[in-house]
Amino acid sequence: MKKFYVKLLIGILIFTLIFLVLNYFMDTDVINPYKARIIMLIGINIILGVSLNLVLGFTGQLTLGHAGFMAIGAYAAAVVSVKLQAPFLVALIAGGVASGFIGMLIGLPVLKLKGDYLAITTLAFGQIILNVINNIEFIGGPRGFSVPPKTTFIWVFVFTILSYFIINSIIKSSHGRAMVSIREDEIAAEAMGINAFKYKVMAFTIASFFAGIAGGLFAHFQGYITPNIFDFMKSVDIVTSVVLGGMGSLSGTVIATTVITYLPEGLRSLSEYRMIIYPILLIIMMRFRPKGLMGTNEISFKGIQKFYKKLKGKGGKNNAAA
Amino acid sequence: MLLQQVINGLAQGSVYALIAIGYTMVYGIIGLINFAHGDVYMVGAFLGFYAVNILHLPFFPALFIAMVGSALLGVIIEKIAYKPLRNAPKINLLVMAIGVSILLENGARDNHIFGPDFKAYPAIIKEIRYAITSKASITNLQIILFVVSIILVLILQYIVFWTKTGKAMRATSYDKDAALLMGININNIISVTFAIGSALAGAAGVLVGLVYTTINPYMGIMPGLKAFVAAVLGGIGVLPGAMIGGLLLGLVETLTKAYISTSLYDTVVFGLLILVLLVKPTGLLGKKTNVKV
Repeated sequence: MKKFYVKLLIGILIFTLIFLVLNYFMDTDVINPYKARIIMLIGINIILGVSLNLVLGFTGQLTLGHAGFMAIGAYAAAVVSVKLQAPFLVALIAGGVASGFIGMLIGLPVLKLKGDYLAITTLAFGQIILNVINNIEFIGGPRGFSVPPKTTFIWVFVFTILSYFIINSIIKSSHGRAMVSIREDEIAAEAMGINAFKYKVMAFTIASFFAGIAGGLFAHFQGYITPNIFDFMKSVDIVTSVVLGGMGSLSGTVIATTVITYLPEGLRSLSEYRMIIYPILLIIMMRFRPKGLMGTNEISFKGIQKFYKKLKGKGGKNNAAA
Repeated sequence: MLLQQVINGLAQGSVYALIAIGYTMVYGIIGLINFAHGDVYMVGAFLGFYAVNILHLPFFPALFIAMVGSALLGVIIEKIAYKPLRNAPKINLLVMAIGVSILLENGARDNHIFGPDFKAYPAIIKEIRYAITSKASITNLQIILFVVSIILVLILQYIVFWTKTGKAMRATSYDKDAALLMGININNIISVTFAIGSALAGAAGVLVGLVYTTINPYMGIMPGLKAFVAAVLGGIGVLPGAMIGGLLLGLVETLTKAYISTSLYDTVVFGLLILVLLVKPTGLLGKKTNVKV
């Protein structure tokens, strides 16, 4: 147990340091406000990608409606913070809880389905959520909803790190192991006494919760939300970042999300062609490295140590040969 | 009033049916949700547009050119994008399909190709309205839409159920490995499947341009999704299912617009899909398959 606290402390120290350095750069304009916004967007997208990875990568259930849950979170948080004048943290949690609750309600019937049928029903639910939001006058309908821009860098940073570590520890727990066993072979998992349906609903609910948090952050980041921000293409973006990073690799998702979010901005000089280059990269990636950047591997301190040792070992051998 | 809505619904439904057939054929044969299919339909519409505007062709040759062009596009997509991934996990194929779809949409938006703006479809055939009753009428364009769709579907039925190629297609979709052992060239059959499905989507594109008069590079997204819903509704992989699903979807959508709400029709359409899947997960005409350990 003592080891755990030491690790936790070191972790907190490292991330505080990273945060302070980034924050210092932002304050002194080394990272200009435009780039700072991209960094914040990357953080929000990481929460979305990591949460979807729990369902798609670790539990092996293909869902195509993740942006719908982001929309629920965004609108719920916006309503709580604008109409009820609640503090930002309360609004974010409310967004997460609303999204998680609706996620569970949708998950209960839908997760009985498998494979492509699950994909298409979640897609359908994503569309229904948007269509319903479009028809509620109270939150602006298709005209959109104006939200005070309360999301600052520290909010995004803290929630991104928290989401990553909460989901990471879920995966390492016995619940997470059960989810992975469903991905590997659902029938075998059931035979071993794992209630597959229960764990699927659990993964789906947790993922919806974090999507809701990300939605709340996004709403208060963007300052103005309309339903079509959260359309099918947004869901596709999230799925893409998970698949590119490697289904079943959280660090892969982080890398892929960073690249995918930055890429359109980095290609701005080629602005006319960036929406053509982006799918071509996707196609090339799927063609030549279908398991994604990281496969199911993770970047960890232990892994880096091992890699370093291996490198050293190889070097030693080469020297001996010479 | 009701009769009029049914006519409009069937017109919309036959478009969905034509696109849904392509989805269902491809799904039946390689188990892929071909997200790029809606964009093949878009390309078909544009090919028809240019055939009329630049080559000054009459309607039927333009339709033919659009169908051939779309078929070629479908085969090229299959050869370049899907064939290398045939043994990869399904999700990779799906992401590949999504990539192809985004590429087609944004490629088409490029100024050197089709351009981003809405284009008015040339009025090749003058619209004439025939009154059926005092409140309901049907236009000659709608009649053309029905007749062409029916003829195409009949040709498809002939190909699938009466020719050797069709027999090979059915065999491949039933069991790929066994079909291979029987001497069927699977690669050719899959290409033929893509060609036929894409040709039908291209035809749907031209027909939509003719009846609904505007086209744009993003026109394929929603009809693509809806057509896929139609295919699942009827039972994916089953040809008559796709047609029935398409017509049903068109009817439900139009009737909802007319009698329930003009803006909530998406909810009703997708809600119907979810309801059908929850009650009968394989769709209306689908067969139950057992998972073997």
